[in-house]
Amino acid sequence: MKREIPLLIVLVFGVFMAFQYFVPHRVSSNIYQEFNNWTIIIGIFTMVIGIASLLSVHYGKIRFKKEGWGYSYVTIISLVGMAGLGLFGGMENKLFINLYRFGLSPVTATMFALLAFFIASAAYRAFRARTVLSTLLLLAAVIVMLGRVPIGEIISGWLPEPLQLAKISEFLLYVPNTAAKRTIYIGVGLGVAAVSLKIILGIERTWLGGDGK
Amino acid sequence: MNGEQKPHDGFWLRLINIDRRWIYLVIGIVVFVPILFPIGLPVQVTKEVQNVYDRIDSLKAGSIIMIPMEYDPATMAELQPMAYAILRHCFSKGIKVISTALQIEGVTIIKNDLELIAAEYGRKYGEDYVFLGYKPYPGIVILNMGEDFRKPFPRDYYGNLLDSLPMMAGVYNYSSCAMIVNINATSGVDYWINYAHTRYGAPLAIGVTAVMATDYYAFLSSNQIFGLIGGLKGAAEYEKLINHPGLATRAMDVQSIAHSVIVIFILVGNIAYFSSRKKKG
Amino acid sequence: MEQVSLGTVLWYTLGAYLTLSIFSFLYKDNPFYRLAEHLIVGLSAGYWIAVLYHQSLVALWLEPLTNGFKAVITPGGSLAEESGRLLLSIIPGIGGLIMFTRFFPKISWLSRWPIAFYLAISAGVALPLYLQSFTVEQMRASMIPLGGSLSVVLKDLIVIIGTICGLAYFYFSMQHKGIVGGMARFGVWILMIGFGSTFGYTVMSRISLLIGRFRFLIDWVNQIAGYLK
Repeated sequence: MKREIPLLIVLVFGVFMAFQYFVPHRVSSNIYQEFNNWTIIIGIFTMVIGIASLLSVHYGKIRFKKEGWGYSYVTIISLVGMAGLGLFGGMENKLFINLYRFGLSPVTATMFALLAFFIASAAYRAFRARTVLSTLLLLAAVIVMLGRVPIGEIISGWLPEPLQLAKISEFLLYVPNTAAKRTIYIGVGLGVAAVSLKIILGIERTWLGGDGK
Repeated sequence: MNGEQKPHDGFWLRLINIDRRWIYLVIGIVVFVPILFPIGLPVQVTKEVQNVYDRIDSLKAGSIIMIPMEYDPATMAELQPMAYAILRHCFSKGIKVISTALQIEGVTIIKNDLELIAAEYGRKYGEDYVFLGYKPYPGIVILNMGEDFRKPFPRDYYGNLLDSLPMMAGVYNYSSCAMIVNINATSGVDYWINYAHTRYGAPLAIGVTAVMATDYYAFLSSNQIFGLIGGLKGAAEYEKLINHPGLATRAMDVQSIAHSVIVIFILVGNIAYFSSRKKKG
Repeated sequence: MEQVSLGTVLWYTLGAYLTLSIFSFLYKDNPFYRLAEHLIVGLSAGYWIAVLYHQSLVALWLEPLTNGFKAVITPGGSLAEESGRLLLSIIPGIGGLIMFTRFFPKISWLSRWPIAFYLAISAGVALPLYLQSFTVEQMRASMIPLGGSLSVVLKDLIVIIGTICGLAYFYFSMQHKGIVGGMARFGVWILMIGFGSTFGYTVMSRISLLIGRFRFLIDWVNQIAGYLK
C-alpha cells in the first residue's frame, strides 16, 4: 500500500498528462490546467519544507556547538528578520527592498563575480594544448573570445573577410558548435523521454525512498 | 644530467607555479581600469540579434509582446542591460509588454526594471505594461499560461485581478501576443522552447547569459527560436541598434581588454609549460 | 550631481562592505567572508518566504479557498457547483500539507503521494514535448536539402556530418573501430570545437559579472562624493 498507491498515482496521472498533449478537447484542457495548478500549489509547500530544513540544520549546529556554530545565529536571525519584514510589511516595504538591494543582491552578485578570477587562473594554469583535442578546444576558445568582442575587429579587420576573427567565430558558432550541441540535445531528448517513461511505468522507483518509510 | 641550475629552468617553473593571487590582481586591474577610462571601441551587430530587433521593429504600436524575465542578482550584470534595451525599444514604439519573473530571487529587480524603463517613456501600468509576478515551477506555469494567463496568475504582482487591467481585455494566452522574447539566466529557457513554442507555437526569441548562448545556436538553426541575444555583447549590439548606448556598450572596452589578457595568460601558460617540459626532457 | 541622503550612503556602504567581504576570499578564507556567506543564506531564505506567500500562496490557494467557503455558506447559487470548486481548492492544499509528514518518521510515507503526483505531471508533460522539441525538431533540422552557394552547401554538410558523427561518438553499443571509429573521432573534434566556443563565451560571461560588481563599487564612491558635496 505504501508503495503501490504512489506508483498507481504516477501511472494514472502520468499517462493522462502524456496523452493530453494529443487531445485538444476543452474538457481535457481544463483538467490539464487544474492539475498543473495543483502541482504549483503543492510546490509552494515543498519549498517551505526546504526552508524548514535549513532552519533545522542551523539550529542543530547551534545546539551541538558544531564548527562555525556562531555564524548560524547570523543565518537564523537574518532569515527570520527578512521573512518577518516581507510577510508583515509586504514586498513594497522600504526596509525589505533595501535589504534585498544592498544585502542580498551584492553578496549573490559578488559570489558569482569571483568566478572571473577563477576562470582566469584556470585558463593560465590548466588550459594546455597537450593533445590534438585540447588544442582544438583551445583554438576555438581563443577565436571566439577575441572574435566576439570589438578587439577582434581591430586585430583582424584588415584581413580578407573570411579570415577575420569575427567571421571565423561566427562560422564556429553556426556550424561545428551547432552540430555539437545538436548531438547533445538529440541525446538529451531521448534521455528525458526514457526517464519519464521509466518514472511513469514505475520502473524508476528511487524517489520512493527506503522500504516502508 | 647537468647539475647546474640555469636561471632559464627556474624562470619557467616559477612562472607556471606563480601564486594565483597575482593572476587575480592582474585581472582585477585589467577590468577596473577600463571602466574608469573608456576607449569607445565600436560594436558589430550579429544577425541573431538583428533578427530580434527587426521583428520587434516591424510591430505596430499597440501590439503586445510577452517579455518574461528570469534573472537574479547573480546574473543581473549580463541580462539587465539587455532587458533595458529591449524594453526601451518596445516602449519607444508604443508596444505593450506583459512580463513575468519566474526566478524567485529576481522578482524585485525585474519589477524595478520595468517601472524604471516604463517611466522613461511615460508608459502607464495596466495600460502599457503588466507585470504578472512570480509563481514556482516555471515549466508548469509556462504550460498553464499557454491556455490562459489567469490560471496561474489570477492576480498580477500588485494584487490586481487581471480582468481589471485595461491592457488584459481580450488577452488570454500566448496567441494574444505577437511574440515572446524571453530573457533568461536559468535552464528554464528550455521550458519556453519546449512548452511555449513547441506546444503552443509561440514565436520565440531568447536573451541568455553568454555561458548558455552557445547551446542555443542549434535552436536558431532549426528555427525553433528566431533570434538569440547572448550576454553583455548581445546587449551592446541591441543598444547600438536602438541607438541608445548604455552599460553594455561601455563594457565592451573592458571585455576586449580582459579577453586579450586572458588569451595572453593562456599563451604564456602554454609556453611556460612546454619550455619547462623541454628542459626536464 | 544631485544631493545624496545619508541613508542612501549608509545602504551603499553596507552593500560595498559585503561586496568587499566576498572579494576578500580571493586572498584567503576569513571571518568577514563567512559572515557575509551566512548572511546571504538567511536573507535569501527570508526573501523566498515572503515572495512565496505574497506571490503564490495567497493568490493560488488561500484566496480561492476562502472565496470557495464563502460561496458555499452564502445562500443562493448552485451548491453542487460551488462545492465542486471548493473541493478543487482543498485537494492541492491537503496534498501540500501532507508533504509536512516528512518530519514525522512514522507517517512520512504519506508524503510519497504528493511527490508521486508532482512527478507524474512533470514526467507526463515532458515526455512528448522534450522528444518533439529536442529530438525530432533537431533531427528535422539536420535533414535539409543541400542547395544554394558552395559555402552554404559546405556549411550544411559540416552540420549534418558533424551531427551524425557526434551521435556515433555517443553510441557505445558498437566498438569504435573502422568506419564507426573514424566517425566517432571526427565527432569528438566537432564536440571539442563546440566546447571551446562555450569556454570562450563563459569567459565573457564571468568578466561581465565582475564588471557589474566594480561598477557598483564605483557607484558607492560616487554616492559618498555626492553626499559630501
